[in-house]
Amino acid sequence: MSWFARNWDLVAIALYEHVLIALTALAIAAAISLVLGVWAARRPRVFAATLAVTGALYTIPTLAFLALLIPVVGLGKANVIIAMVAFSLVIMTRNVATGIRDVPGDMVEAAKGMGMSARQLLARVEFPLALPVIIAGLRIATVTVISVTTVGAYVNAGGLGTLIFDGIATDNPPKIWAGALTACALAVVADLALARLEDMLRRRRKA
Amino acid sequence: MLAEAWLYLLGHPAQFAKALGVHVSLSLSALALAALIAVPAGVRLAHRRAGALAAINAANVGRTLPSLAVLALAMPLLGTGFLPSLVALTLIALPPVLINTIVGVREIDPDVIDAARGMGMSGREVLRRIELPLAVPVIFAGLRTAAVQVVSGAVLATFIGGGGLGDFITAGIAMMALPLMLVGAIPVTLLSIGADALFGALQRQLTPRGLQ
Repeated sequence: MSWFARNWDLVAIALYEHVLIALTALAIAAAISLVLGVWAARRPRVFAATLAVTGALYTIPTLAFLALLIPVVGLGKANVIIAMVAFSLVIMTRNVATGIRDVPGDMVEAAKGMGMSARQLLARVEFPLALPVIIAGLRIATVTVISVTTVGAYVNAGGLGTLIFDGIATDNPPKIWAGALTACALAVVADLALARLEDMLRRRRKA
Repeated sequence: MLAEAWLYLLGHPAQFAKALGVHVSLSLSALALAALIAVPAGVRLAHRRAGALAAINAANVGRTLPSLAVLALAMPLLGTGFLPSLVALTLIALPPVLINTIVGVREIDPDVIDAARGMGMSGREVLRRIELPLAVPVIFAGLRTAAVQVVSGAVLATFIGGGGLGDFITAGIAMMALPLMLVGAIPVTLLSIGADALFGALQRQLTPRGLQ
């Protein structure tokens, strides 16, 4: 505890870095996956391929994935951000496409019958109804990204993992505790917050 | 670079075999321990509404924790080496198995259970002949998720001296020797994909014919 009292600024900076890297990756992934997901939703073949890629990518161990990227992009933040965008991109594209595909057909028909254009249909019917599923994907992606970022410290990306690795290297348990527990807390808080958002959206959809 | 990695592997067969052996035994023991704990616990909790809800909530929190953080926390408490890694990896494997066991048992059609009771089955018989077989596909889906997480997590065991294929990756990164890194990264990726495929196949094999 006394270590934490003396070094809380170190922890705060690491946490800030961690959140920044995670948010950058999520923002990039979200932007691409919305376009890709809408596109994949209307093409059964592309949709099936997305599911296959998601499954395969999620079985690759994080550290192996980061290591395999080193020959291509080297060490540092870019390496980790590319790995995380890849992970979260596939999971979010899958959920965007699934969410849109799950919109009941009669609702789409009704909207078309009311004279909505394809764009209006997407913006006013399909997207709002798919939102809970999209948020569920964002939730999985967020937890994954926070986890990958901890490991990313090993390839010099910064963040809370730095405290863990420094703590292990210098045999300094309080530093390990500070890094690991803060990372756990961040993951749990992000997960619960998005779970609540998802719940709220689902309830509103029923009302 | 691939050729160099292959040459390194051929040049150090014993070292590679040892790392692979540690990786596999670490993963298998963690998975077996998690199954031995979570399946019986899940079956028992499934019939208690409050208990099941609490267990699922706790497991949901558990599954969000970064693997590296869990492994790192084992070190100040248990030291370095195989055993602390095993404990941490078991903890990582528990949540998916526990959640899927509870959900698998709870999702069984109550009419089926009523019919079994009506045929005069005791509580134990219902569990062994109806509930467990019907929950097997869901339980194995949980084991499959856990297997992939454990094989991936075991790569990080290298940081707390647990050994395994992660040793090659960290040595390769430390020396910037890319071929050495590949000696760890490629086999471990294949191992993870293999575990996923194996448990997928087991899940299909063990699904009762009536459910297929």
